[in-house]
Amino acid sequence: MSSRGGKAYSVRRREWLHTVLGALKTPRGASGAVMTLAVVGIAAFGPLFAPHGGTELLGAPFQKPDSNLPLGGDELGRDVLSRVLDGGWELLLVAAAGTALGIVLGTAAGVAAAYLRGVADAVIMRVVDVLLAFPQLVFVLLLVSVIGPKTWLLVIAVGLSHAPQVARVLRSAALDVSERDYVKAVEILGVRPARVMRQEVVPSLITPLMVETGLRMTYSIIVLAGLSFVGFGLQPPSPNWGLMINENRIGLTQNYWPVLAPALLVALLTVGLNTLTDAIARVALGVDRAERVIASEALGLEPTAASDVA
Amino acid sequence: MWRRVALSVLTLFVVSIVVFSATQVLPGNAAYAVLGHSATPQAVQALEKQMGLDRPAVKQYWSWFSGLFEGHLGKSLVNGESVASLIGPRLENSAFLVAVAGLVGTLLGVLLGLWAALRRDKPVDHVLSVTLLALTSLPEFVVGIVLVLVFAAVLFHLLPAVSVISPGQAPWQALKLLILPAATLVVVTVPYLFRMVRAATIEALESEYVEMARLNGLSPFRVLVRHALPNAIAPTVQVIGLNFLYLAGGIVVVEFVFAYPGIGQGLVDAVSDRDIPMIQFSVLALAAFYVFMNIVTDVISLVATPRRLFR
Amino acid sequence: MTSPSPIVVLEDLAVSLHASPDRVLEDVSLTIAPGEILGIVGESGSGKTTLGLAMIGYVRRGLAITGGSVQFRGTELRDLAPRQLRKLRGASMAYVPQDPATALNPLIKVGSLLREVLAAHGRSRTDADARVAQVLAEVGLPNADDLLSCYPHQLSGGQQQRFALAMAFACRPSLIVLDEPTTGLDVTTQRTVLDTVADLCSSYGVAAVYVSHDVAVVSELAHRIAVMYAGRVIESGSTSEVFGGPMHPYTRGLLRAVPSPKVGQRLVAMEGVPPRPGARPAGCSFEPRCPVRIARCKTEQPELLPTDSASHHARCLLTAGSPASATAAAFAAGRPLSDANGAKANGAPLLAIERLTASYSSAPVLQDVALAVDPNSCVAIVGESGSGKTTLARCVTGLHTNWQGEIRFRDSRLPAGVRTRSRDVLRSIQYVFQNPYASLSPRRTVGATIAQPLLHFHGRPSRREIDAEVSNAMRAVALPFELADRYPDQLSGGERQRVAIARALVVSPELLVCDEITSALDVSVQAAIVELLRRLQQERNLAMLFITHNLALVRSIAQEVVVVQAGRIVEVGPVEDVLERPQHPYTQRLVTHVPSLEVAPAT
Repeated sequence: MSSRGGKAYSVRRREWLHTVLGALKTPRGASGAVMTLAVVGIAAFGPLFAPHGGTELLGAPFQKPDSNLPLGGDELGRDVLSRVLDGGWELLLVAAAGTALGIVLGTAAGVAAAYLRGVADAVIMRVVDVLLAFPQLVFVLLLVSVIGPKTWLLVIAVGLSHAPQVARVLRSAALDVSERDYVKAVEILGVRPARVMRQEVVPSLITPLMVETGLRMTYSIIVLAGLSFVGFGLQPPSPNWGLMINENRIGLTQNYWPVLAPALLVALLTVGLNTLTDAIARVALGVDRAERVIASEALGLEPTAASDVA
Repeated sequence: MWRRVALSVLTLFVVSIVVFSATQVLPGNAAYAVLGHSATPQAVQALEKQMGLDRPAVKQYWSWFSGLFEGHLGKSLVNGESVASLIGPRLENSAFLVAVAGLVGTLLGVLLGLWAALRRDKPVDHVLSVTLLALTSLPEFVVGIVLVLVFAAVLFHLLPAVSVISPGQAPWQALKLLILPAATLVVVTVPYLFRMVRAATIEALESEYVEMARLNGLSPFRVLVRHALPNAIAPTVQVIGLNFLYLAGGIVVVEFVFAYPGIGQGLVDAVSDRDIPMIQFSVLALAAFYVFMNIVTDVISLVATPRRLFR
Repeated sequence: MTSPSPIVVLEDLAVSLHASPDRVLEDVSLTIAPGEILGIVGESGSGKTTLGLAMIGYVRRGLAITGGSVQFRGTELRDLAPRQLRKLRGASMAYVPQDPATALNPLIKVGSLLREVLAAHGRSRTDADARVAQVLAEVGLPNADDLLSCYPHQLSGGQQQRFALAMAFACRPSLIVLDEPTTGLDVTTQRTVLDTVADLCSSYGVAAVYVSHDVAVVSELAHRIAVMYAGRVIESGSTSEVFGGPMHPYTRGLLRAVPSPKVGQRLVAMEGVPPRPGARPAGCSFEPRCPVRIARCKTEQPELLPTDSASHHARCLLTAGSPASATAAAFAAGRPLSDANGAKANGAPLLAIERLTASYSSAPVLQDVALAVDPNSCVAIVGESGSGKTTLARCVTGLHTNWQGEIRFRDSRLPAGVRTRSRDVLRSIQYVFQNPYASLSPRRTVGATIAQPLLHFHGRPSRREIDAEVSNAMRAVALPFELADRYPDQLSGGERQRVAIARALVVSPELLVCDEITSALDVSVQAAIVELLRRLQQERNLAMLFITHNLALVRSIAQEVVVVQAGRIVEVGPVEDVLERPQHPYTQRLVTHVPSLEVAPAT
């Protein structure tokens, strides 16, 4: 007999890849991806193309755009274009790090709660409830107020503010999957619970994880930009978009570019990410259920009829 | 249900502990924060003694906590005035802003959501959904700035760019100042409501019991109002409650953008001044509001679902 | 004397998917006389539900009536404005849904729902109250205020369905469409509902359309039958004509797959699956699966033509005009089961259960259960929903641990939970789940799923060994080895269930526990699975515990039967004895109430 079936035994289907590719084919997915990639590209490679240094004083404050300063000057007469090109990567990096931390912590907590059940589950969920009692920005501000706007603290603060919701979503998904017949079919063979969890439950969590990551990343950027806007995020004089929007507000009537340019970039990024995540959710869950799931998750509701996973 | 209330109270309690420990007990404590550069060891010690920071942590917490109930919220480290007197008007301003934005947002979100659900898959629905999807991803300060750009600073000059209410003036007397901040909040929160109302209404409209009602020959109006909408209420109410919740976080940035003297602005100022008592109370107030709204939404959605009540 | 004009006339009705040429229904022409009950029989995908709804001029979202006419009492429904249609619906034409639990608005009290229908069709308040009392009596529900002020979820399944009947009959319609209304109801309730429908229809002269996949139920109730396949009516006639002397090959195949509670016979299944809309062949839709097909069948679409009598029509090139005895020969009925392996094995039973009491939290679900399974024999456990039979299966396999008593396997005591049992025991007792759509991991290929127990129990076998075992297992369940690379969502329900069985058999167990494994499957697919299991059981000397609510099925697979009621065993014995001469009142009730195909199948 041919061993053609042999390769089927160890390969798991790259389901998530199919989902993402499928999402990219939809108008929402494609436009979201384009927007996101455009801004990420600008943030990542911008510094290489900046005509001037971001901190050099080159002109008059709020100078109108001319040949030397294509977007004009900011409040101190620095080149707006260069600052804009320089001002994204740190924001993105910290946001990504914070999101990653939040996802990792939240997933660990959620899966542990689903697996251990009983007392451990109750404890973890109560901690989650407490952490969820704070509006995200307030929580981060609280931590920043005490220690100061250090970068590592920002990463941790953002991560901690995401972890509870991620834990909730993943716990709900994991619980739902462990009740399925195909998981019981493995349990019934006598396979150890840890192994069952690893082999059957965790791989099925990839879809809700993807959607959560997209949503969380969007919020991370919003929170960090907002934080920088009120002055407690990444600190001057290094340019960052949130900060730029705030510090140049005064000169809005003279030169609106130092406010408009970073604002547009931030907007494009968040809209793009959110749209892409939306597209992925739709492909994975079907349009109707994706609507319901995202509508509740975005607001921090307990995910109701579980985020279905396959 | 009472379990939930008790749990929420417990949560609030734990929140107060977290707030307290974050601000007073962690290294880099209050005294250092206040003194900043002039933090010589002696100065720190003296200030600690003055602020009572040298007592054991639990005792500190207890005197703080019990003080809350007696109305002793401490004194602002910035200007020495009592926190209570400073907080009062700010709370009032914020509450009013939240109320206005919440009500307008709720109305708009629900109406738009219903409209889109009834015109499902038609152009109106698509346009609304896509637009609101985009709006919902925008950070509040971006929305605020854009609104300022358009209505106050660059394109038109209809509305004030900042909303500074003079002290002593009640917020409802300065309505013009509230338009832009409220509008910002509305723009950011309506999409969530819209999405949920639309999804819940569509689900009700596609349900088997609505099909049954149609097959029994009931008029479309009756089918919608008597059969479909009541089933869409429970999730909608939850979302409305959470909307107000979201506003509690959103006002921080929005008040800052418009220099609106509310509790969000107060928190930001307090953080930059390291004004610990103000920070503590502002955070606590916001968290309490959060928890309270959670309870209210839970109760309402429970009442709206007889099945859960009678279980 | 002229016969009364028909209530419903369908002519060349076609229903398609929106904006697509794919037809869900095609070429359907039927008439229904007043007081007549028409049974529409078909398997899933045949279009029967769509047809039932189309009779009252309704199509579901995504579908549209694209051809033909639907006439109700002489009025063309397609020409009516929505308002006029609404006047008819609920009043002159009524519908009884399949699942009353979801069709009754959970937020509205049932009394209000009933009154609402009456009010919508012009009954005054006093009239309505009187009518409510009357119709509730007719369906056998008490006219108590506390019943009327209940919410739907507070009623039992049977009460809900009777309520749905009351709503349908309230305005004294001329036509009622019932869509599988007894699915999920237990046998006694089902009997009551059927009797009620028959009574009401005959007393009021109401025409009824009864849509179902359950041939036995339909045969007892309906006067005339229409058999649906792939969106077309392929046979129609009186009940005795269609079920007593079926003409169309599909009908014959279908009838041979129906288990009988009266005769133990081998079920015979048809190969293949029905085509989906859009994938229907140019000629006869049944041709790919037909054992008597000829060359013309592939290209020519047969018409619905009379066969042996003016009223008996069939859509087959071989039967037009005259009974085709040639085709009859190809349809030997299922051979009666001999007691081949009935020789009672001497020696200790393989599985012995004594004094078993099981609970969920504190509520007992099983009480004092005792039964024995001999090696190489099949014991069927029969009970209605809530009887505890699934819990019994779970206790035996170790999924449920909250029990007391004794379970002995191969003469040694079984510990309660899966984690405490020895590998050998775990390997020897295997389980097949009810729902084939949920019991296979969507992330694993068929081959990987079947190999999983192998890899778990037999250490590190070589790739070659795994292949060999998997292909053996697949061959045993009649699945081609090519499917090993496919994922479950590419397989049909019947195929998936075969994979589940292959998975259970690959480690050569001694006891196979099957928990309602065919409840989610169509009749012909069920027949294939049951016959497969029966054969496997004999070939491999397997002992089986076969759990079902379908009494008729028992005769086609088991030697012994155990009857369970509310957690207790009420009767045990050989299948013949228990079903022919039931001793316990509950068993007697089950046996008398179970519907059976009243007409002897054709030879």
